[in-house]
Amino acid sequence: MHETAVAQSLVEMISQEAQSRHARPIRAKMSCGELNAINDEVLSFAFEAVAQGTPCEGMRLQIEHKPLQAKCKTCGRDFVVDLSNVKCPSCGGGDFELLPDAPLLLEQIELEGTDDGES
Amino acid sequence: MERVDVGKKVLSANEAYALKNRQLLARYGTPCFNIISSPGSGKTTILVRTITDLAGALRIGVIEGDIQTDIDAQRIRAAKAPAVQINTEGACHLSAAQVNRGLTELPLDGLDMVLVENVGNLVCPSAFELGENGKIVVLSVPEGDDKPAKYPAIFAKSRVLLVNKMDLLRGGAQVDFDLERVKTDARRLNQGIEIFPVSAKTGEGMQDWYDWLTAQARA
Repeated sequence: MHETAVAQSLVEMISQEAQSRHARPIRAKMSCGELNAINDEVLSFAFEAVAQGTPCEGMRLQIEHKPLQAKCKTCGRDFVVDLSNVKCPSCGGGDFELLPDAPLLLEQIELEGTDDGES
Repeated sequence: MERVDVGKKVLSANEAYALKNRQLLARYGTPCFNIISSPGSGKTTILVRTITDLAGALRIGVIEGDIQTDIDAQRIRAAKAPAVQINTEGACHLSAAQVNRGLTELPLDGLDMVLVENVGNLVCPSAFELGENGKIVVLSVPEGDDKPAKYPAIFAKSRVLLVNKMDLLRGGAQVDFDLERVKTDARRLNQGIEIFPVSAKTGEGMQDWYDWLTAQARA
């Protein structure tokens, strides 16, 4: 349930961004790596709960998973890692190095004006 | 409608504290390791035995993370090492800010190493950097040999895997646990991981772990 801490941080960041622009957040896009162990359902639920009573209440959160990549030490290729069975799809080798996992990133927010009633 | 590209790390507040911790520890030349496992794997027992056996050789300070109680910090203090208890009040992991508070309460100038015992949980703590020099994952025999396959993130990120309660495989108990499977699955995710099969109860295998730990303090 570390998703709650992630949701808390997202709500704070989005609220701050929206308030500084005097606008209301409608939608946000975030991305995460495989090793962040983010469960979409849990994060969406936590986000909805934490957003109550904040400028983020009722907005939508889109979660994108960036694949984890590795470099094969045998044939030198980069490949997408399947954590349940890690091996190079080109040469079948098991000698590889994991490449840095994507961080938890707040990518984009869609805002709707509140000052002038524009939508 | 306005689209704003933010591109900010969601856990940047935590990372800022992790950097602070890293700088603080570097100032004292004190390495720090983050110990992560399921509840009941024997993290505290490992710590108590390590502190006792290395008394006079390695001065260890401990930050204990638990949802509630200071039972663990009391066990560490009984082993004559300084310990700070952090209660997360329901949170499933320690944050870098909490560890920062712990570090300021430890006598860092009299320590060779800080060991952080995270909240018992094999998933959440792996997502929060604390400013440590490395993660140490503990897996105990009764939990089963399928854990590296089922919880890959923590095994992929750790520098050391301690396989604890090895004595259960010797005592004629009915335990199905294939150590070779654990080693193969963990190394499939993380080739550099050091694996020490130990029993914090009998002391089996602990010397290899002590040698590794002592080498880190001298590095």
